[in-house]
Amino acid sequence: MVSFAGWLMPVQYTSIVEEHQAVRRNVGMFDISHMGQLSVEGGRAREWLNTMLTNNIEKLEVGTGQYTFLLNERGGIIDDLIVYRIGDEKFLLVVNASRTDEDFTWLDRHDANDIGLTNRSGEFGGVAIQGPRVVDLFRALDVDLPPRNHIVDLTIERMPVSIARTGYTGEDGVEMFFRAEDAAKFWNLVLQKGEPFGIKPCGLGARDTLRLEMCYPLNGSDLSPERNPIEAGLGVFVDLAKPNFIGRDFLLRTKENGPREKLVSFRMEEKGPPPRPHYAVFGHGERIGEVTSGTLSPSLNWGIGLAYIDAPRAKVGAKIGIEIRGQKFPAVIEKKPLYKKT
Amino acid sequence: MNVPDDLLYTETHEWIRREGDNIRVGITDHAQSELTDVVYVELPRMDREANAKEAVAVVESVKAASDIYAPVKGKVIEVNKALEADPGLINREPYGQGWIFALKIDNADDLKQLKDAAAYGQQIAG
Repeated sequence: MVSFAGWLMPVQYTSIVEEHQAVRRNVGMFDISHMGQLSVEGGRAREWLNTMLTNNIEKLEVGTGQYTFLLNERGGIIDDLIVYRIGDEKFLLVVNASRTDEDFTWLDRHDANDIGLTNRSGEFGGVAIQGPRVVDLFRALDVDLPPRNHIVDLTIERMPVSIARTGYTGEDGVEMFFRAEDAAKFWNLVLQKGEPFGIKPCGLGARDTLRLEMCYPLNGSDLSPERNPIEAGLGVFVDLAKPNFIGRDFLLRTKENGPREKLVSFRMEEKGPPPRPHYAVFGHGERIGEVTSGTLSPSLNWGIGLAYIDAPRAKVGAKIGIEIRGQKFPAVIEKKPLYKKT
Repeated sequence: MNVPDDLLYTETHEWIRREGDNIRVGITDHAQSELTDVVYVELPRMDREANAKEAVAVVESVKAASDIYAPVKGKVIEVNKALEADPGLINREPYGQGWIFALKIDNADDLKQLKDAAAYGQQIAG
């Protein structure tokens, strides 16, 4: 168990590698009760929220969600989150546990008077169920899953649940929320129904290896208030054509001038120690950046990672060196994602 | 959790097997089960002298890198090369083929500082 944003969370239930493979091959379930939920509603909720977040909410139909950023005035990332439009002027923001209070305070401070903003994090338990057999599992629960990026409310064994077809692993799957008091019952029900499909409970360790193979960023490691979505390579979730949102001016300039550093994905070229956060990155003998995430990829059996490096060096195919305990190990910048489903 | 009676232990989860003037060192069953999935072992340099509680090796699991300490003062006289090809030996046989290094110790009295199985068992239970 480790302490994570004030929650006690298992890094692993049995083994990170076994849990990782369960998700890639069958199905795995993660406890995501720690994630925060903020609801936003009111007459002008949509218009207002569109000035707070980078992606374009006007493109969201009721019952769908999108990945987006909450930025400070300097374009730095306060949080990355999924916003769901659950009614005409009603939204649910699913945010990182460690940022929930900060997000709420930030939104509240910029709140127009007619917006109803509520932190509902304490009311919900949540799980992510991920893997190629997720559809079979939900069929066993008599549930038809919504299409990708859609969210539906329904009842499973008299428990009200919200199911969103999304995830953080690169596999088909859902993230779902239910009343906190139903959490244990729901967890046990899914484990029991999932047994024929090889379900495993999965911890933070496997969540990290799975997302890193897909090059999905982790807030606090790859994203921070000192980094903006352009340098993180996530400009596709920023709509600069929107007339006004916090951080827009700064991002426009960053885009025009090009970012100083870029987040790249890399793979080690030799079997050796896996890369880890804060290791220095070298190119042609000089220090050109720093690793922000690293692990041994259970699917590829290579050391992999993400690093911010000087933008001119951030080219796919470029050879770099990762300094590990004083020794440099060869690595190569690769295209994202590092893991591709065969 | 397996804590063999005939070994000595450190607070930092190394086990120690006395072999005359030498000791053999690895990490405990408890330590390997906490780490799981050992993927890389950096072995100590042969003939290096180490003080007690000095980091001499590194065991890396998928999740993290952990330093392995010399339990007492001594000189490295053997390292387990088999771990380079098969680091998972530490998970499968922590007290056997998964040993990490052997030290020629300076002073056998130093071993009195270490924990016996009962004391270590108590540590990991608490």
